[in-house]
Amino acid sequence: MSKGSFLNASVGRKFLMSITGLFLIMFLLVHMSINLLLIFDDSGDLFNIAAHFMATNPFIKIIEPVLALGFAIHILWSIIITIQNMRARPVKYLKSNQAVNSTWASRNMFILGAMLFVYIGIHLYNFWWKMKFAGDPLLEHITVMQAGVPVEMENAYALVATLFKESVIYDIVYIIGGVLLGLHVSHGFWSAFQTIGFNNHIWRKRLFVLAQVIGAIFAIGFSVIPLYFLIKF
Amino acid sequence: MADVILKKIYVKVWRQNNVRAKGRFETYEVENISQGSSFLEMLDILNDKLIREGKDPIAFDHDCREGICGTCSLYVNGRAHGPDRDITTCQLHMRKFNEGETITIEPWRAGAFPVIKDLMVDRTAFEKIQQAGGFVSVNTGGVPDGNAIPIGYEDAEEAMDAAACIGCGACVATCKNSSAMLFVAAKVSQLAKLPQGKVEGKRRAKAMVAKMDELGFGGCTNTGACELECPKGISISHIARLNREYLKAKFSD
Amino acid sequence: MSKIDNKIPAVPLAEKWSKHKESIKVVSPANKRKLDVIVVGTGLAGASAAASLAELGYNVHAFCYQDSPRRAHSISAQGGINAAKNYQNDNDSVFRLFFDTIKGGDYRSREANVYRLAEVSPNIIDQCVAQGVPFAREYGGTLANRSFGGVLVSRTFYARGQTGQQLLLGAYGALNRQVAKGSVKMYTRHEMLDVVIVDGKARGIIARDMVNGEVKRFGAHAVVVATGGYGNVFFLSTNAMGCNGSAVWQCYKKGAWFANPCFVQIHPTCIPVHGDQQSKLTLMSESLRNDGRVWVPKKKEDAEKLQKGEISPNDIPDEARDFYLERRYPSYGNLVPRDVASRAAKERCDAGFGVNNTGKAVYLDFKYSIERLGKDVIEARYGNLFQMYEKITDVDPYKEPMMIYPAIHYTMGGLWVDYNLMTNIPGLYAIGEANFSDHGANRLGASALMQGLADGYFVLPYTIGDYLANEIMTPKIDTSIPEFEEAEKSVTGRLEKLFNIKGTEPVDHFHKELGHIMWDYVGMSRNAEGLKTAVEKMKKLKKEFWANVLVPGEMSNVNPELEKAGRVADFIDIGILMAQDALDRKESCGGHFREESVTDEGEAKRDDEDFTYASCWEYKGEDAEPVLNKEDLEFENVALTQRSYK
Repeated sequence: MSKGSFLNASVGRKFLMSITGLFLIMFLLVHMSINLLLIFDDSGDLFNIAAHFMATNPFIKIIEPVLALGFAIHILWSIIITIQNMRARPVKYLKSNQAVNSTWASRNMFILGAMLFVYIGIHLYNFWWKMKFAGDPLLEHITVMQAGVPVEMENAYALVATLFKESVIYDIVYIIGGVLLGLHVSHGFWSAFQTIGFNNHIWRKRLFVLAQVIGAIFAIGFSVIPLYFLIKF
Repeated sequence: MADVILKKIYVKVWRQNNVRAKGRFETYEVENISQGSSFLEMLDILNDKLIREGKDPIAFDHDCREGICGTCSLYVNGRAHGPDRDITTCQLHMRKFNEGETITIEPWRAGAFPVIKDLMVDRTAFEKIQQAGGFVSVNTGGVPDGNAIPIGYEDAEEAMDAAACIGCGACVATCKNSSAMLFVAAKVSQLAKLPQGKVEGKRRAKAMVAKMDELGFGGCTNTGACELECPKGISISHIARLNREYLKAKFSD
Repeated sequence: MSKIDNKIPAVPLAEKWSKHKESIKVVSPANKRKLDVIVVGTGLAGASAAASLAELGYNVHAFCYQDSPRRAHSISAQGGINAAKNYQNDNDSVFRLFFDTIKGGDYRSREANVYRLAEVSPNIIDQCVAQGVPFAREYGGTLANRSFGGVLVSRTFYARGQTGQQLLLGAYGALNRQVAKGSVKMYTRHEMLDVVIVDGKARGIIARDMVNGEVKRFGAHAVVVATGGYGNVFFLSTNAMGCNGSAVWQCYKKGAWFANPCFVQIHPTCIPVHGDQQSKLTLMSESLRNDGRVWVPKKKEDAEKLQKGEISPNDIPDEARDFYLERRYPSYGNLVPRDVASRAAKERCDAGFGVNNTGKAVYLDFKYSIERLGKDVIEARYGNLFQMYEKITDVDPYKEPMMIYPAIHYTMGGLWVDYNLMTNIPGLYAIGEANFSDHGANRLGASALMQGLADGYFVLPYTIGDYLANEIMTPKIDTSIPEFEEAEKSVTGRLEKLFNIKGTEPVDHFHKELGHIMWDYVGMSRNAEGLKTAVEKMKKLKKEFWANVLVPGEMSNVNPELEKAGRVADFIDIGILMAQDALDRKESCGGHFREESVTDEGEAKRDDEDFTYASCWEYKGEDAEPVLNKEDLEFENVALTQRSYK
């Protein structure tokens, strides 16, 4: 197989988008599950243990650069594809009534993606950057009893919870981010299966419904956390 | 049935003298149109008026006027083939419009479909895609009996669903990316469902997709708009099959 | 008169084609490469011929006026294609298909041609299947069949209601394959405007590039005309808007005979004209007559009320309905052949019983079959047709009867050809609807597709070799010779003349007027006086046209009005010839109904004594009357009988 021609072909490019997209969805499912621990234990112990596990697990260490690569490819290729697609129609329509034939999310995946990109930037600066490199006084080490053994770890809960408790603006940013993500996935999920060829007239409805469900889970799952802190504290 | 007459409507039409000329919109008045008339008959009447006034009539493609030849190709009020489902422009009737309305008519817009004049576009790109592999390589004569290879009812029906494509280009026109994937998929999927076509399936999928890309069509982002605007309702499930055929072919290279 | 040589070998019917194939010449592969063939038209006949000739090795130049070969009007054929496969084990055979076609054509076609058509018909199905045509199948995977009007066996192959489309796309694929290989050079949006004759042989064409208006010369060792029929003479017909008779007419004017111009098929089940804004008529498949009952009111008062829209058809009780087909033809009922059904509808409407606002429509009612079979069954059978009807008329045929009226559909007449499908001009061939040979005075349903593909796939590729074998020493045709120059000049001159008249009426005005004359006097029912009137009126119209037509736009740009002007100019001439032919044929046969030739019961009456011939009209100049040559039709294998459907 000539890799060059495949990755330059429209279907090949979309194939990369699909594979990276599905991979990112898997990551997000794990990420969301851990995040939800934030609202089930106000002491923060549960979340801290999980965060500590993720930070120290060797498998995660390997997966991290892969994840970064996944993001990079997904973003870069989306730009390439979008430019190519825009070039395909040099003169635009005066009047275009697309609302009758397609969903808003499906037509605006790049815009949704671009907004998510900004959101992820904010998100990385808020937490990942501080935990990994810059540090923050809130992250001061604490000792948590794990299976009867005291383990020392960063207080990630404090960093996250404080932000959400103290900043209404960030709460809103994160709620919006969750909704955007949900919309993006509500099209991206089934679209990915369509692109890799795993679809037919029977699976089509199932995948479409599943995509809406997963989109809704992401939207709710991610925004319920800031909402929780906004309402409770 | 009572024949309702639209006393006056306005049509805002794209005028462009040739492929190199700059285009612009012009608005015309049309009077006394029966709602039972077809959309193209309304344009005939407008043209008759323009000719009599010494003006250049509006050029638009049309031929069979019964929805099967795929020649007519107007983007009416923001939709390929106008505001109705499962029809071509020639099957659109004036009862879909109201008294005093301004109807916007544009040609198919795609880089791969340059405007020839006014509302006529050049769809030679579709010809080139078909020439790249949209056939079974068999000469006349020397073929087996029609019943020699049984083809299941469901397979034949699904092949027919795809084969119903009339090559009008509404999919490209309506797609936000001007993608020709539904058009390519219809042919690839039809032949992939039939034993006669399977033999050269891999070559076909690769060649047709490569040609489509080369001609400057956009990529498919699965919005599904093409399927809803396709006059023959060709399903995007066929695009999934095209993707499958293409990926299978590429990965086995 | 000397007997016309139609090149049919004098051997028993069943051996004619194989004997003929043995005796005709073959061109070697090396020589085929040196020979150019022009094919004009890319419908079933043209596309299949162009592809097959290119496969054999000839250099083919194919032309169509559409933007793609796939849009030729063959694409609109709905019902199916006949073939003597006998897959249903119902005792079908080549002879039976031959016999049905001869009888359906009211004994006005050539036995040898029709037999050959039946003989090659099974090969067509095999070929199409191999190309990936998705014919309807049984659950076991074998090909499905249905029956059609006028026959007792089930031999019609189909692909839903889009058989023509699927067959054309098959041929289009074969053509594309050759275009990709470089063996066919495809010229789309090109219209043939003249044929060039050099030393008595067809050597090329003059065509106009419809995008930039350029008039170009194309040379070839043979020219094949596959440009379909001339039904648009009537303005309103089921033909596509661009269908025209100009290519055929230019051949005629260069000396090719025009045979049986008056044989036109009028299809009984079309959606009626809704008003004077109408541009085209839409066919509703013949199959609907299987389950629909045709009627008009018994009482004229009811008809008048219906015409005014005061009552709905459902207000008329069964006993006040006149099921006139069942009344007149008890044994065939609603399933009488097309010509009979059409005439019966016209008779009722002319008598004042028509039912729409123009009084020119009859009902096709599904109420009875819905009551008997249920709506679901009817929907499964005709759902797409019902939907199409509703889109056009805004009437729901499940609730109210359909309104139908006859419309011009197909022309059996065309260029005269011999057994090799060559016209009387050497090197000029005519295939498909453009020739006259196979359907006599009336074509059976599902036979047009069969003939187009038979000619293109299995007849012409053999027979053209017989002529081209003598041309192998002829070098590439030089298009700078005076004959081409002259032809180009005359084409350009005519276009300029049309363009410069700058009168007051657009082309359509004259076309509509022509349509009215044709429909009124040369339509479903003809008589000597009317035909003479028609000729006079058309001659007058011709004068007006050439004095007062208004062609806008530019010569050297896309100009549909200029294209139409040329076509309509020819249509007027064709119309005149049709009327003259109809005048000559003082019998009723098939689609040609002369009021002077009827049985005591008012049915069509053939006159085998005087009219068992194909009329071959020969052009003698712009101002001279054409000369009628007669090819006697010999029937050695079937007995001529009067058709009866009582």
